[in-house]
Amino acid sequence: MSDLVRITDDGLYCDAADVWIDPWRPVERAVVTHAHADHARPGSRRYLTTPDGAPLLRRRVQPSAIIETFDYGERKRIGDATVSLHPAGHVLGSAQVRIEHPTGTWVIGGDYKTAHDPTCRTFEPVRCDVFITESTFGLPVFAWPEVSEVVAEIHEWWRANQVAGRTSLLCAYALGKAQRLACAIAPDAPGPIAVHGAVAKLDEAYREAGVALPPTRYASPEVAKEIRGRGLVIAPPSANGTPWMRKFGAMSTGFASGWMRLRGPRRRRNFDRGFVLSDHADWDGLLDAIDATGAERVLVTHGYVDALVRYLREVRGLDAASLSTPFRGDLDDDPTDNETRADGAES
Amino acid sequence: MKRFAELYRRLDATTKTSIKQAALVDYFREAPPEDAAWALHFLLGKKGRRAVQSRFLREWTARVSGHPEWLVEECYDAVGDLAETVSLLTPDSTPSNAEPSADLTLSVVVRDRLLKLADLEPEEREPIVLETWAAFDRLERMLYTKLVTGAFRVGVSRGIVARALAEIAGIDQASMAHRLAGRLEPDAETFARLIAPTDERDGGDPLKPYPFFLAHPVPSDVATLGDASEFVAEWKWDGIRAQAVCRGGAHLLWSRGEDLVDAGFPEIAEAIANLPDGTVLDGELLAWRDDEPLSFHVLQRRIQRKTVGPKIRAEVPVRFLAYDVLEDAGLDVRERPIEERRARLEQIVSALDDTHVAVAPIVAGDTWEALAARRDEARERGVEGLMLKRRGSAYGVGRTRGDWWKWKVDPYSIDAVLVYAQRGSGRRASLYTDYTFAVRDGDALVPVAKAYSGLSAAEIREVDAFVRRNITERFGPVRAVTPELVFELEFEGIQPSTRHKSGVALRFPRMVRRRTDKTPADADTIETVRALLPDP
Repeated sequence: MSDLVRITDDGLYCDAADVWIDPWRPVERAVVTHAHADHARPGSRRYLTTPDGAPLLRRRVQPSAIIETFDYGERKRIGDATVSLHPAGHVLGSAQVRIEHPTGTWVIGGDYKTAHDPTCRTFEPVRCDVFITESTFGLPVFAWPEVSEVVAEIHEWWRANQVAGRTSLLCAYALGKAQRLACAIAPDAPGPIAVHGAVAKLDEAYREAGVALPPTRYASPEVAKEIRGRGLVIAPPSANGTPWMRKFGAMSTGFASGWMRLRGPRRRRNFDRGFVLSDHADWDGLLDAIDATGAERVLVTHGYVDALVRYLREVRGLDAASLSTPFRGDLDDDPTDNETRADGAES
Repeated sequence: MKRFAELYRRLDATTKTSIKQAALVDYFREAPPEDAAWALHFLLGKKGRRAVQSRFLREWTARVSGHPEWLVEECYDAVGDLAETVSLLTPDSTPSNAEPSADLTLSVVVRDRLLKLADLEPEEREPIVLETWAAFDRLERMLYTKLVTGAFRVGVSRGIVARALAEIAGIDQASMAHRLAGRLEPDAETFARLIAPTDERDGGDPLKPYPFFLAHPVPSDVATLGDASEFVAEWKWDGIRAQAVCRGGAHLLWSRGEDLVDAGFPEIAEAIANLPDGTVLDGELLAWRDDEPLSFHVLQRRIQRKTVGPKIRAEVPVRFLAYDVLEDAGLDVRERPIEERRARLEQIVSALDDTHVAVAPIVAGDTWEALAARRDEARERGVEGLMLKRRGSAYGVGRTRGDWWKWKVDPYSIDAVLVYAQRGSGRRASLYTDYTFAVRDGDALVPVAKAYSGLSAAEIREVDAFVRRNITERFGPVRAVTPELVFELEFEGIQPSTRHKSGVALRFPRMVRRRTDKTPADADTIETVRALLPDP
């Protein structure tokens, strides 16, 4: 008997529902887990996502594309299968995809994190027979500190920059991380917060979706002048080192990412400071999420695949295997770079 | 340890030398001298003994973290640094298990938890190391583990350390650089002497060498240096740069890394013992037979030997070719013009009358054309090229630009195919940055060189992306990739080798550029490479 969901040249595909999940090539009907560029690609005819994700997806795809939405938990019949979307906790509107069929229930986790995030619905475990999990940070060296600790570090850095008369440039992905950061650092902030244009547009989309973001101002030349030497600017990583930075005067640069847990990437990225904050699950988060599905079979993709598969097999006794994707086979390094290019663009 | 960790954090967080210097000044001002002495020892990159083999550290990490050993290995592979991996996998101190780490100062840690280890059995070391890990926070744990592996390094140059200490002592940098030369005991007394604002003769080792003056590569158009007649030319020898120091009836032979090399060169050590007291010569240690140098490959048999027996003495005869005198009759003569120093050098060496010591010859040539023609003889003569020293110049400090230039022969160059890749370490960990290259051998490819440097960050990313998509096999951390990318490699020398399948070993290979215009079929062959071997 063939699997309910399998890899094709175009991406993950479910025969029973005749849908692709996050396909990397244009298809007839695509279920999109979230609107990051490496998951939401243009060119497909019909898209299916959550109501919160739809406006973000709309920004990525061609105007003629049809976007349908399912509320979280809403079960709909597609072909011979029942499809529903469930909170993944990654970014606004992000979803896990549950596909139920007489042969079994599958859940595609997409990108997810188990930690609480005020800017999106918290991850909800979904019981299933087969769980497809990512493994971006699938090694035990990845253990996230409490967000409050990270915020304290950012505030301390920011204050030290103020003393030295420097503007603080905090880089983070424009979609998701930037909004989460703004919410986290705004309480008791030592100074004003401004945002890069790419972030401002997405902040607007978040606010329209009803997410309560703290007041952030677009970093226009006037605002830049006003906050110089004391403010903090949230910008996509690609803005670091560009002439755009000049208007803020002397700066100290920081980068918020799970990769900042490691010294090598921290130094390689050429930022003055690294702050450990990720929208992906850490090692314990991955294991907890996998446990909570009750799945006997786990397929691992995207990240430290080999290590997580071996661990699940040898230590957890699960039927685990790698789900190799021809286009993302061993891309276990900086997915930041994909997202950087995509979200960092000024457009 | 907290204070030392804070210093490391500050040094590691910046690439700006002014900030590094400020961090060092703060540290050396605040730290108790017994800690500062050890910190200086480690900052200067003095080689530590490996107190515990890394396999034990991995085993203990697995035990403490509860992870299987293979998973610790996977983490190490991804992180690229064992001490960092340990620090990430072992738990942070908790009030219950920690003795107050404030008592664990750097010098106490070194004395009780580092130097002691080497003399203990592995099972006796384990509780000490584990207890120390438990008492420390993550950064302290990483630094302690680096010290234990003997692989502690930090990104500060000797020059920055010298500047910081000079600032504290209130003396100039050159004097401090001189104080730092030589054998420095890592104790409070030595450190206090080092930063004392007194005459430089009071600080440091009585047999310390002078800071070596270093040459810069010539600009691409050598004529921009001025007229060729403004320079004295010598061969650029391919040996070990060394200073022979004779003072107070004792003598030492220092290499440029400020290691003592007397043991590997007993003939030279015996010869320089007959130099007049208060003499310091600068020159090159070479393997030498029948009035010509043997290759560096041969000389390597002498390096880092504790004793040299009659067999090595016979097979690898050596000579010290002196090219400068820095101290004469107890006086620092570095400021005297080069011609005057050279004249004294010739007198000193001729009076010594020992075949193991000679004066490096001058290479004649009044025009750039004439010198260029001599430079073309370099490979045949077994030298690296020419040295150009400005007439009338003093012996400078460090890498001051303008008076000494090195004009090396053009490197060898081949086109080779990328066949294996491995993740880098440190800041390049988690990127595939260490590559093995092969040349054609009939229909097969035979590896000839490993290279790590020469590509820009953007090019590394491209190659990294290629590697990830084209892995064909895995051997531990090594990934075999589809042979597709061709690179131009440069290297300085080539030697026969029985350890390599190709039969050759290349010296200082590095990537020059990716040849996107070439396919593996256009790569060089092993026959072409072997043809570059010097005549036996």
